[in-house]
Amino acid sequence: MKIHIPTPLRTYTGGKETVEVAGATVATTLEQLALDFPALRNHLFTPEGKLRSFVNVYLNDDDVRYLPSKEETVAGANDELTIIPSIAGGCCCL
Amino acid sequence: MIRISEADFAALRAHGEETYPHECCGVLLGKNQPGVGNHVHLIVPAGNTRTDSAHNRYNIAPQELVRIQRQARGLGFDIVGFYHSHPDHPAQWSQTDFAEAHWMGCSYLITSVEKGKAVTTNSFLLTGTSEEDKAFQNEQVEVESPAVEVAMNERGEA
Repeated sequence: MKIHIPTPLRTYTGGKETVEVAGATVATTLEQLALDFPALRNHLFTPEGKLRSFVNVYLNDDDVRYLPSKEETVAGANDELTIIPSIAGGCCCL
Repeated sequence: MIRISEADFAALRAHGEETYPHECCGVLLGKNQPGVGNHVHLIVPAGNTRTDSAHNRYNIAPQELVRIQRQARGLGFDIVGFYHSHPDHPAQWSQTDFAEAHWMGCSYLITSVEKGKAVTTNSFLLTGTSEEDKAFQNEQVEVESPAVEVAMNERGEA
């Protein structure tokens, strides 16, 4: 399926903004992505193998974290994954 | 260096005045020119989801970011940066800004808004390759007048 890569991570996909990766679920697709582009792994996953907290993954228009099966959600060839790091901040401490 | 049109620059500063005393936020679409810097072609205002503390925090909903990234792709642009305001605080990045910054290579524009009036706008380029070595670097903001933009378009430099 297609995976859309955000600007800062394209350094690790040879500049490609969209890559094609095979996988049966969101989790296996992301794992295959990290196998195809090994330099991406550290940017997507913690050393324990969990998706980093600031990395949002959308299956089509749905945040994977809020899907009933989360990363184990089945995904087909016509689905699209979007990786989007969070953007937040603020002017001073609380 | 980040290049932005006079109109977009004025619009993002006006956004900070509109949302005062709350922080505004938005996304900068354009292209990175290697060796030169980020060139903004379009700004996209976004909503601040931090309604619990909007005077000193901002967050763009991931769903909105996905939509904006899709919009950028359709236009042939990339997300090259973000902007937000600091109501009654300097236009300098805070520890919160730094901790929450994850888009290496992107520009973070911050506008100080004092008593409802936009005062200073600074830009900080997020450098580094990972969370461990990232850093904010001051970057020059080049505001292009319409005449300059036309000339650059004609020379194919835009």
